[in-house]
Amino acid sequence: MKPATNLKKNLFQRIWLFYADGFKNMTVGKTLWAIILIKLFIMFAILKLFFFPDFLSSQSDTEEGKASYVRNEFIQRT
Amino acid sequence: MEELINVVDWSRAQFALTAIYHWLFVPLTLGLGIIVAIMETIYWKSRDEKWLATTKFWMLLFGINFAIGVATGIILEFEFGTNWSNYSWFVGDIFGAPLAIEGILAFFMESTFIAVMFFGWKKVSPKFHLASTWLTAIGASISALWILVANAWMQHPVGMEFNPETMRNEMVDFWAIVTSPMAVYKFFHTVFSGWALAGVFVVGISGWMLLKKRNVEHSFRSLKVGAAVGFAGILITILTGDGSAITVARHQPMKLAALEGLYDGNHGQDLVAVGILNADKVPGDNIEPYHFEISIPYGLSVLATHDPNAFVPGINDLIEGRSFTPDGTPVNTVSYAERIARGKQAQQTLKLFNEAREAGNQATADSLRMVLKNDFQYFGYGFFDKPEDIVPNVPLTFYSFRVMVVIGGLLFVFLLAALVFAYKRHLLEGKSWEKWFYRLAILCIPLVYLCSVSGWVVAEVGRQPWTIQDLMPNHVAISDINAGYVQTTFFIFAVIFTTLLIADICIMRKQISKKSKENLDSAKL
Repeated sequence: MKPATNLKKNLFQRIWLFYADGFKNMTVGKTLWAIILIKLFIMFAILKLFFFPDFLSSQSDTEEGKASYVRNEFIQRT
Repeated sequence: MEELINVVDWSRAQFALTAIYHWLFVPLTLGLGIIVAIMETIYWKSRDEKWLATTKFWMLLFGINFAIGVATGIILEFEFGTNWSNYSWFVGDIFGAPLAIEGILAFFMESTFIAVMFFGWKKVSPKFHLASTWLTAIGASISALWILVANAWMQHPVGMEFNPETMRNEMVDFWAIVTSPMAVYKFFHTVFSGWALAGVFVVGISGWMLLKKRNVEHSFRSLKVGAAVGFAGILITILTGDGSAITVARHQPMKLAALEGLYDGNHGQDLVAVGILNADKVPGDNIEPYHFEISIPYGLSVLATHDPNAFVPGINDLIEGRSFTPDGTPVNTVSYAERIARGKQAQQTLKLFNEAREAGNQATADSLRMVLKNDFQYFGYGFFDKPEDIVPNVPLTFYSFRVMVVIGGLLFVFLLAALVFAYKRHLLEGKSWEKWFYRLAILCIPLVYLCSVSGWVVAEVGRQPWTIQDLMPNHVAISDINAGYVQTTFFIFAVIFTTLLIADICIMRKQISKKSKENLDSAKL
């Protein structure tokens, strides 16, 4: 019987090989992965970072402060 | 104020743009996943390599659509945090919980098993592979469930209590939110419309291949599954559409009146089948609402209540406080003028609550919290000055509804015909209408997308001006940001999403063309 650590290692190795082989043998998939990675880069490294900050976090650092800000917004927009 | 309206308009346009583009990818994933799973099941049972080839062909197209469309919905969450921050805060855990479940359970389930689906043909047992394909398809539907539960809550808020201390709606009954009739009908109507869309897509692509006389047997195999799933999808979409109409009549009667262009309701109300609205018509005037109309007698009463003699209120009725019970009996309710007054009262209470809190007067704050609770159902109305401002865009809702219903009806007939032709080939092959049917199948692909998007336009434009029905209008949900800022990101998104759509179409077109020239009657694992 194999020790538990070896079994664990084998499982991780097998998962790694499963993905590595899969990616290596892709045809159309390579173009698609390129599109996915470019898309994710644009979304998270450019859009989220520079264009979509968390608006309420820029108004207050605390939950109570944010609630207070929203309450005042509601009252002012009446 | 003008700047605020500008921000609202641009933010709505941006949300509509991103949601519509996102929705172009989603229904095909929902339906094609099921179609591929059924094809693989047939292969697993028969071990016939023809079915393996057909499964792999459609799995490739599923993969392309999934890859291009994946994460396009995250943009919507960016917009919540930046453009719609008051809304994001106000909805609290009602929105957070379903979206978290969607992210943790469904998305990870989908993304884990999709890897087995594409990489695992030679690595795992056929049974495990088949299970992975089904779990990917089911995972996509579970993802949709939680998003639709959140959307349904915005249309009909239930199972929550507003806490003025935290300014959030706090969930008090999770099951009331999940099993709300609005959520149940929305889920089935939307997911099965995805089946119909994917069915039309498969039939359309197969039609193209048959027109080109490429892989005829593969195309008919595809036609059998595509038409069957598509027909089941459109049938259930129509049936759940009936349930949705009743739910809308009960909880959003103004939306029902707007989608019919109905200003003054009646007993035994007709349904306009075809009509041209009078653009000058406004609530309360005496102008005729239509330039021209052909109506189905008693149609709207049947649609709204299943009773041909039921009363259905129009826009003017609702504004004046005349509504109806679920069985179609007229009933006097709270007029819009009264709702506005009670909404303003609720907001005044919130202001006093805030002052009491800041002064440290907790006893007064607690009693005001109870007062606020009584009028909270009209809270959002207090942000308006006149009832006419609380009426959605009638022409857009009216025409979108007709586009959805007319195309949906045509697709029902088309998919039924496709199903018959798939199993009775002699009724199609060699007949004079054969090529016309294939051409119609190709034409139905853009039509089914138009139908699907129109459905969302009816659902979302019909509930305006509310972000959350009766509680929060758009101009309160929006953040205090610059309109120019939103304009910039609108155009960035327009470019990114258009590029993605073009990439999706080009890659699919190239692969369909390439694969259609190969032998799709045999395949190896």
